[in-house]
Amino acid sequence: MSEHPILETRSLGKRYGSRWAVRDLNLLVYPGDVFGFLGPNGAGKSTTIRMALSLIRPTTGEVRLFGRSLRSDRSAALRSVGGIVERPDFYGYLSAVKNLEIVGALYGGVPARRIWEVLELVGLKERGNDRVKAYSHGMKQRLGIAQALLSDPELIVLDEPTSGLDPQGMKEIRELITHLAREKKKTIILSSHLLNEIEMVATRMAIINKGELKVQGAVQDLLKSGEYRVLITGEPLAKLKSVLRRHRRLVKAVEPAETGMMVTMDREHVPAIAAALVRANVRLSGIIPRRSLEEYFLSITENATES
Amino acid sequence: MVRLIFVELQKTFLKKRTYLGFLIVLIIVPLIEVAMKLEGGRFVTNAFRSVARDFVLVGNLFNGWLVSYQIMNSLWVHIPLLVSFVAGDQLAGEATSGTYRLILTRPVSRTRIFLAKYFTVVLYTVVFVLFLAVLSIGLAVLLLGRGDLLLFARGGQITILPEGEVLWRFALAYLFACCSMITVSSIAFFFSSFVENAIGPIVATMGVLITFMVLTALPVEVLESVRTHFFTYYLDIWQRPFEDPISWERIATALLYFAGYSIVAVAGAWAVFLRKDILS
Ligand SMILES: Nc1ncnc2c1ncn2[C@@H]1O[C@H](COP(=O)(O)OP(=O)(O)O)[C@@H](O)[C@H]1O
Ligand SMILES: [Mg+2]
Repeated sequence: MSEHPILETRSLGKRYGSRWAVRDLNLLVYPGDVFGFLGPNGAGKSTTIRMALSLIRPTTGEVRLFGRSLRSDRSAALRSVGGIVERPDFYGYLSAVKNLEIVGALYGGVPARRIWEVLELVGLKERGNDRVKAYSHGMKQRLGIAQALLSDPELIVLDEPTSGLDPQGMKEIRELITHLAREKKKTIILSSHLLNEIEMVATRMAIINKGELKVQGAVQDLLKSGEYRVLITGEPLAKLKSVLRRHRRLVKAVEPAETGMMVTMDREHVPAIAAALVRANVRLSGIIPRRSLEEYFLSITENATES
Repeated sequence: MVRLIFVELQKTFLKKRTYLGFLIVLIIVPLIEVAMKLEGGRFVTNAFRSVARDFVLVGNLFNGWLVSYQIMNSLWVHIPLLVSFVAGDQLAGEATSGTYRLILTRPVSRTRIFLAKYFTVVLYTVVFVLFLAVLSIGLAVLLLGRGDLLLFARGGQITILPEGEVLWRFALAYLFACCSMITVSSIAFFFSSFVENAIGPIVATMGVLITFMVLTALPVEVLESVRTHFFTYYLDIWQRPFEDPISWERIATALLYFAGYSIVAVAGAWAVFLRKDILS
């Protein structure tokens, strides 16, 4: 890619006491990306985003936005960035409109028309004059997106924007993100601890665990890479095993999984195996593809919850 | 910058907490003044009986001016607490509400936000002290009328200030009270820069104030040389304009100390605020 990155972190690190929350992180976000920033809870996503928005000082390395160093050129670097970090918090005793006026003032003021525009975009137009104190979590989350969009920034950073929402709310936010990326040509950084959420909207992604970068690249490439694995479940299990043993040429590896057998093989052999199983009177209950990235991410997540 | 100040003023003056101090003053001052009016006759005759023997007193000596003076005399220890409610909340309140994340991720330097916030604290302090002034003087004069101001100074001396001189002396007194309260505000603002909740700064400010006041008042020889360096030593500066002649030198010294403490507090707050990791 010859384009200049919109956001770049260079050996970015943050240490709390003796523990590194983020360590030697090198991220590259290019114009037009919907960049998925994936990692289990406590991986260091919010810490990274806090550093990217100048809320905390890196222990090592630096953040560059639009080619400008956040440390030496802060105002210019942040000029065209909007975002939310963790919980969406506001001045509860003020109305949504007043809250947005306050944010707008920090960009030199925005017209009232623009405030109502973003409120309408996130579906809060009717409640704009209500005090934020009276808002539900979902409404605050949407107001969070509204304030991120207020100054019409090129880069929008959203830290777990769907956390705490119901499935309908999650879907609305996903649609909004897709709309912003496709229609408004925004570059978006979206953090999440859920792979499928990133998969649905992101074009590029990075996985971070325990503060360290694991992989980074185009979502399609990452999902394709590695072995193709399927979880095959059916009854009786003994017969299922013997069929797989007989077709040793077609499968690369077989290992028992909780509910069936985990089989590594080429994608094109799946129909042949399925047919053989049916012929042998195995009552198949599932052939579930497990992509390597998902496996990989699950293994990371499991390790994270254990520790 | 004007826009930033306007924003901070709105945030402060649309908040209920800001009016707590005003509300308390609004209750206490009329309470004292009405009580004084009801009790008035006896109070004045007892106090002035001795004086009446040596002087020929004309006019009404138990008047609004005297009561206003008494109010200042009894409230000047409590006003710092009320002032620190807002000053202590100014920075810490943003941490409590999580709104640092809303304002410090913008293309405006922390220094400018800091200055807007400090300006708001100073303005609040001045408005609050002036509110106290207008309410206590206005109501007292309305209730008890006017006249010459007769004061007992330390050491039993008596000063009689003719009516014509009283108003500007009060104006000066409240002006100096503003200065001393701004010093208290600045200290509360300093503590506010560290923490994530306003209780800490309020308690810490009171702690400093009480400690300094005790050290100032303690009749211990070792403290003799240092006590004049505590700003609390000068908190009664508002009384100076009622002396005759006014000792401008003492006033200047007091103002210098106030300025010194304020500058150190604000510079400290600025240094902390600029480097602060926003973890709230
Ligand atoms: N203020 C803090 N003090 C100490 N450790 C912290 C602090 N904030 C976060 N951490 C640690 O840093 C790590 C990363 O946290 P965070 O960035 O919030 O993760 P994520 O957003 O990916 O869930 C965690 O292990 C967390 O415990
Ligand atoms: Mg987080």
